[in-house]
Amino acid sequence: MPDVTFKVYRGDAKGGKAVEYAVPISPGMVVLDAIHYIQGYLSPDLAVRWNCKAAKCGSCSAEVNGKPALMCKSRLDSLPIDKPITVYPMKTFPLIKDLVCDVSWNFEVNKKIPPYQPIEKKPKIFQDDVDRVQEFRKCIECFLCQDVCHVLREHEKKAEFVGPRFFVRLAGLEMHPNDGADRSEFMKNTAGIGWCNITKCCTEVCPEEIHITDNAIIPLKERVADRFFDPVRWFFRKLFGTK
Amino acid sequence: MSYETHEHDVLIIGAGGAGLRAAVEAASNNLSVGVVSKSLLGKAHTVMAEGGIAAAMANVDPKDSWQTHFCDTMKGGKFLNNWRMAQLHAQEAPDRIRELEDWGALFDRTPDGEILQRAFGGHTYKRLCHVGDRTGLEMIRTLQDKGVHSGIDVYMELTIFRLFKDGGKIAGAIGYWRKNGEFVVFKVKAIVLATGGGGKAYQITSNSWECTGDGHSLAYEAGAELIDMEFFQFHPTGMVWPPGVRGLLVTEGVRGEGGLLRNNKNERFMQRYDPQRMELSTRDMVSRSIYTEVKEGRGSPHGGVFLDISHLPAERVKKKLPSMYHQFKDLADVDITKEPMEVGPTAHYMMGGVRVDADTGASTISGLFACGEVSGGMHGANRLGGNSLSDLVVFGRRAGAGAAEYARKLAFFPTVDKNELEKAAKDMEAPFQRSGDEDPYQIHRELQESMQGLVGIFRTEGDLKKGISKIEELKQRAAKVAIKGKREYNPGWHLVGDLKSMLTVSEAVAKAALARKESRGAHSRLDYPNLDEKFGKLNVVVSQKNGEMNISTSPVPEMPEELKNLLAENK
Ligand SMILES: Cc1cc2nc3c(=O)[nH]c(=O)nc-3n(C[C@H](O)[C@H](O)[C@H](O)COP(=O)(O)OP(=O)(O)OC[C@H]3O[C@@H](n4cnc5c(N)ncnc54)[C@H](O)[C@@H]3O)c2cc1C
Ligand code: SF4
Ligand code: SF4
Ligand code: FES
Repeated sequence: MPDVTFKVYRGDAKGGKAVEYAVPISPGMVVLDAIHYIQGYLSPDLAVRWNCKAAKCGSCSAEVNGKPALMCKSRLDSLPIDKPITVYPMKTFPLIKDLVCDVSWNFEVNKKIPPYQPIEKKPKIFQDDVDRVQEFRKCIECFLCQDVCHVLREHEKKAEFVGPRFFVRLAGLEMHPNDGADRSEFMKNTAGIGWCNITKCCTEVCPEEIHITDNAIIPLKERVADRFFDPVRWFFRKLFGTK
Repeated sequence: MSYETHEHDVLIIGAGGAGLRAAVEAASNNLSVGVVSKSLLGKAHTVMAEGGIAAAMANVDPKDSWQTHFCDTMKGGKFLNNWRMAQLHAQEAPDRIRELEDWGALFDRTPDGEILQRAFGGHTYKRLCHVGDRTGLEMIRTLQDKGVHSGIDVYMELTIFRLFKDGGKIAGAIGYWRKNGEFVVFKVKAIVLATGGGGKAYQITSNSWECTGDGHSLAYEAGAELIDMEFFQFHPTGMVWPPGVRGLLVTEGVRGEGGLLRNNKNERFMQRYDPQRMELSTRDMVSRSIYTEVKEGRGSPHGGVFLDISHLPAERVKKKLPSMYHQFKDLADVDITKEPMEVGPTAHYMMGGVRVDADTGASTISGLFACGEVSGGMHGANRLGGNSLSDLVVFGRRAGAGAAEYARKLAFFPTVDKNELEKAAKDMEAPFQRSGDEDPYQIHRELQESMQGLVGIFRTEGDLKKGISKIEELKQRAAKVAIKGKREYNPGWHLVGDLKSMLTVSEAVAKAALARKESRGAHSRLDYPNLDEKFGKLNVVVSQKNGEMNISTSPVPEMPEELKNLLAENK
């Protein structure tokens, strides 16, 4: 099989440029395989983050041909290989080196979210309850949705807006059948849910196919609205567990 | 030189299921607890665990009990297990699972709202609690959030490369930040190793890049004993095609849910090897059977066999095995609801590890504790599926408590010797000062090839000896590796450290395998094809003596009468 040209961003916080590498390809190959080839044979100091190579850990996020994607899930046979394939780091986070960004902001945000708080009298949990929340709990924290969300990417609202990943997490907590915390205040003021204008870009890039906007953000927006503008409805929701 | 320095009563090395559970426990004692991990929080290998966590909850099969779980574990381990670990594990696993749910985890349900359990190889009853095939993710997120809110300090992308002692006691550790290459010193009272396994020493493996046996190697260098190193589990079902995903795990959950194994003659070949348990035989047995089928020409086009679940309704397959469905569809263009998968053995799990006290996780070095895959003894000669995730939480909790208690009794922090510190830092920097063309990637590839070919599923004295001399050669070459570029996030430099661990672990596996002149569990010698009663009473022990690797044996701990009787009744 022929060689394919990869243009991989090399550099650090101070600056850098894309460098071209010719990589031999094999059937079923993914972009991460090419990056590993470059590391193993051409440039041993090329920095990349990865763990599972199976789309399960959410480490290998990057921008492949300009699109946010997991490198371990980006098949070469789904890309036009007659042209160079560009591999750039995520743009929304500060660069450490080459393809590796500093994503520590996300971990700081996560710490602020009021944790799971079990209610006292726990109801029996059924499969439907589990299924509803599992959609949110299956998030692999790839932060691709954070990378693509214009509120963070273009408007730099990291101080006011937690981003789609954490609305997914909030939804997982809020819709947990045994959780009793009230996060409305947090969602409105600290998490900045009002900034989201439902462009759905986040949903489009989610490798876990979580319906971030329809199933997490919109219901949470409703919850916040009820709490602040229709407290009676909010109270009933809380009371009868139609969480 | 002065280095960034942190003080913790208990330092936990590893943020997988075992490390996080240990951290939560240690922190509940009002001590200062630090957790370090080579990768970001939540990415440890545990996140990939699929099939489930074993515990005799008796939700689906009411006849199940800890006694049966204990017997299954001992039988699976061919009676080499530390009986006390197997007992504690079987007794405490159900509580640890209920505790996970108390902390917010959610497992799949039975129709009447109990935690659902599925069948797995070697387990008499349906025993594996699960969430689809994403059980590890559910566990790690739960423990991660619990940990973060328990006041622990997390050091992400920091790699520990040496432990220090003061007299006989653990005193500290040195590591480096991935992002800037700077060294960091930890002064501590106790250390819990929870660094996971070492599958990356093999070419075909289900393990992530982190699994390089660092904890095994750190403990060994500190003078601790390792046991059962000859037992390396090859999971029977890894992907075999396309080449880039070779080795990637296909969960045993597929067979648990009713998947069938066939050869190219369309025979359910397990009939020949274990007609009673068939597909749900133990992993060592199924791996050898697949290997034999392929070797005798009855394999699939890409050198595996067929695993078929397409006889089940498509919706059920997608519901119970969602990530397998996507894995095959996205990476191999195979729709598992319609066609069979191609699978073959893949290096998966180390039964061997740091020798520990069952109740506290204490190693043979004061102040050094271990839990999870890096510890040895619990699984004997072969681990049953699902028994690792439960091992992590049962013994993570116990090691966390053991370390906390030890630290509490220590009035002062031991001292880290300045010269030793300087030497460790210098050794780590050395590759930048060297020139020449020894390259860590090339050495790693050669190690993987040798381990795969010479220290794999079937072993002989000749092969093992060849493997050992190859490892010796690679050790010498690894000492000459030269690294270019800067210290910031430099994977080539990082690999130098990983390689050192992998070489130590590989040497231990090969030498222990040479010493065990019989076939038992995951260890199959073509030149000694049978069980040998004499070896059935011995654990092989690896330790460092005068800078050399020393291999000895010690008697398997004697079981109390009541457990012996239990096993006799359960034959
Ligand atoms: C694909 C797959 C599926 C599996 N499915 C199941 C299953 O269904 N059921 C089951 O019971 N078992 C399963 N297993 C096995 C089980 O997942 C592992 O044995 C278990 O997760 C190991 O957990 P651990 O906490 O010991 O280590 P790990 O989860 O491997 O974590 C190790 C931690 O140590 C850190 N570390 C390592 N070295 C250093 C160092 N030098 N410095 C700092 N930090 C370090 C790493 O960064 C990481 O955080 C599966 C394994 C695989 C590969
Ligand atoms: S829908 Fe909201 S959260 Fe998602 S990308 Fe658009 S603005 Fe961001
Ligand atoms: S919600 Fe989806 S895109 Fe966002 S971090 Fe989670 S898995 Fe990634
Ligand atoms: S390496 Fe884990 S998601 Fe790509």
